[in-house]
Amino acid sequence: MKFGVIVFPGSNCEQDCFYVIKDVLKQPVEYIWHKEMVLNGFDCIILPGGFSYGDYLRTGAVARFSPIMKAIVEFADKGGIVIGICNGFQILLETGLLPGAMLRNKNLHFICRHEYVKTENVKNPFTNLCKQNQVLKIPIAHNEGNYYIDEAGLRDLEKKGQIIFRYCDIDGDVEGGGNPNGAVANIAGIINKTGNVLGMMPHPERSSEPELGSEDGLCIFKSIITWIRCR
Amino acid sequence: MIKAKVYITLKRTVADPQGLTIKHALESLGYQKIKDMRMGKLISIELDIDNKKDAERLLNEMCRKLLANPIIEDYSFKITGDK
Repeated sequence: MKFGVIVFPGSNCEQDCFYVIKDVLKQPVEYIWHKEMVLNGFDCIILPGGFSYGDYLRTGAVARFSPIMKAIVEFADKGGIVIGICNGFQILLETGLLPGAMLRNKNLHFICRHEYVKTENVKNPFTNLCKQNQVLKIPIAHNEGNYYIDEAGLRDLEKKGQIIFRYCDIDGDVEGGGNPNGAVANIAGIINKTGNVLGMMPHPERSSEPELGSEDGLCIFKSIITWIRCR
Repeated sequence: MIKAKVYITLKRTVADPQGLTIKHALESLGYQKIKDMRMGKLISIELDIDNKKDAERLLNEMCRKLLANPIIEDYSFKITGDK
């Protein structure tokens, strides 16, 4: 089992992801510079958070054309497990591996705080160790997390169970006012149709040790490991 | 050489919190006649091309590929001069 963490110019969460995989979960992990053209021997690719290319033009719009992205699309098309966190999610949207787009937060603020998300689908590589409707406490840190998709697209996501996380209150109530950025239908994380690509705005790598105030993010990384082992 | 200006705006169906915030700011300065306000991006491009048709084809391609995200944005461009 081997994880790969992609590093774009402007990524800034790659060390946190690397640390959680290597030191907390004791799994092999390597950095992959965005100029690499091939992915060899990896079981899971992580696109970390940060500000790739300074968020110029649109978040993720330039990183999407980095040389490694072609290999990531091929990896994903073959069923490889890909998780994009925050800026990684934005890059996956721009690449078209996930549907929709990101807008600026409704209140125009950069928001950095713990949020509660409800786990709506647990039959996938990323949340199979979570309980259905489990509420996770995971921090967000973004300026463009206001997920947008048109109504037809939203219906499609809901019908196919592609919405994995929705912002909610501490009791798991999605209507409880827990929508920090204005995202359509409180969406915090989605998977693709085949279920092997996840994009999420909250940072599980920042909630994987008790010292950080929450270990709920570990559930996601452990789910990936379990999934790959059982495959 | 052809000079062009590319305008990128959020689609009408997409909420524009920046436009709304600026509108409110202007209203607080006493400008009460603003019906609507949307914010967008302006990109100036100089192309090493002489033919206007080729320039238009290239600009369309650039907008579709990178400059605008068709899910949330519309684009238009104006050729502003040639030398």
